[in-house]
Amino acid sequence: MDNLIWIFISAMLVNNFVLAYFLGLCPFLGVSGRLETSFRLGLATTFVLLITALCSWFLNTYVLIHAPYLRLISFIVVIASTVQFIEMAIKKLSPSLFKALGIFLPLITTNCAILGLAIFATNRGYGFAEGMVFALGAGAGFTLATILMAGLREETEIIDMPALVRGTAMNLIIAGILSMAFMGFAGLFSST
Amino acid sequence: MAINIKDPSAVQEMMKGLWRDNPVFVQVLGMCPMLAVTNSAINALAMGIATLFVLVGSSALVSAFKNLIPKQVRISLYIVIIATFVTVIDYTLLALVPAIHKELGAFIPLIVANCMILGRQEAFAAKHSVGFAVMDAIGMSAGFVIALFALGSVREILGNGSLFGIDLFGAGFEPWVIMILPPGGFITLGLILLFFNWVTERKARFLEQVVAAEQARG
Repeated sequence: MDNLIWIFISAMLVNNFVLAYFLGLCPFLGVSGRLETSFRLGLATTFVLLITALCSWFLNTYVLIHAPYLRLISFIVVIASTVQFIEMAIKKLSPSLFKALGIFLPLITTNCAILGLAIFATNRGYGFAEGMVFALGAGAGFTLATILMAGLREETEIIDMPALVRGTAMNLIIAGILSMAFMGFAGLFSST
Repeated sequence: MAINIKDPSAVQEMMKGLWRDNPVFVQVLGMCPMLAVTNSAINALAMGIATLFVLVGSSALVSAFKNLIPKQVRISLYIVIIATFVTVIDYTLLALVPAIHKELGAFIPLIVANCMILGRQEAFAAKHSVGFAVMDAIGMSAGFVIALFALGSVREILGNGSLFGIDLFGAGFEPWVIMILPPGGFITLGLILLFFNWVTERKARFLEQVVAAEQARG
């Protein structure tokens, strides 16, 4: 149990997917303009990450022990098609949920955070429970980072600054400062 | 399907990736491998070469089979093709340079998720002949290598006081450790983009002045 808590905290804060591993940067920089949108993006990403952890655990345990060289291809194909199926199911079963999360699903199906989670979980030899907790932590970390970023970006909109700086350059520098702040969490581990 | 190398349009296709349409500095694509592996120049270069192999290989294959690929499933097919090439380069690097492979770790498989590669298949390779697609792929990945190398060398020089592992400044230099840590990646790329914007804007303003002067004269 202790182990699981540490995996969660590590994935969420200390080794935050966005700010320490640079995974999922495209949606992080692309959709973090508004607080509300970025929260829903975070939820959708967490959801896909959980599916990913499930798929990669299944593939690793039952299929890939026979053919390890197919790892990458099978991860992508299986994750993408599972997400697609679930997207269709949600559309049918709950249109309101689809409206809230659905538009983000194609966007995040094969971004690097999703694939990165599958690969990291495999490399570290996580079992089922560990993998799911890892996915939950990574999703929470992504949501946290995107919400913080959106809040900061909403603030910068009303600040008077040269037009040259606006846009990606400024967002990257803000992300750098956020990342620096998150490095402080590394102290959590050395104290134990 | 050989193309004449002296053909100006083919060379143009290649050169546009270097500056005008540089995938990183102008289109801001492929950021995740970009920032994660550029904490030293040698890692950046290895990543660049791996990306070059994948992009050239998959562009050639996609444009060769462009008439056989059904429209509805093209994206999935592109991804499978890209993933195949990434698997090849992953195992090749593991066999040839295990030390670098270990350092790059999970980021070699993550080349698959590099949106620049998929973007080139959809935007260029699927519409042009093999020769043009390869030239475009070489140009784009050269632009990507330049960007990786610029970022990697700046971060290694400031963060470690060395380039390719060779000490540059001697013992008196206090390394800026933050530069080789994640925040350094974000901030360095931000500053490079800022510089790029500045150069582009200056150029545009200069052209405007030239046009205005012409009009005033004529």
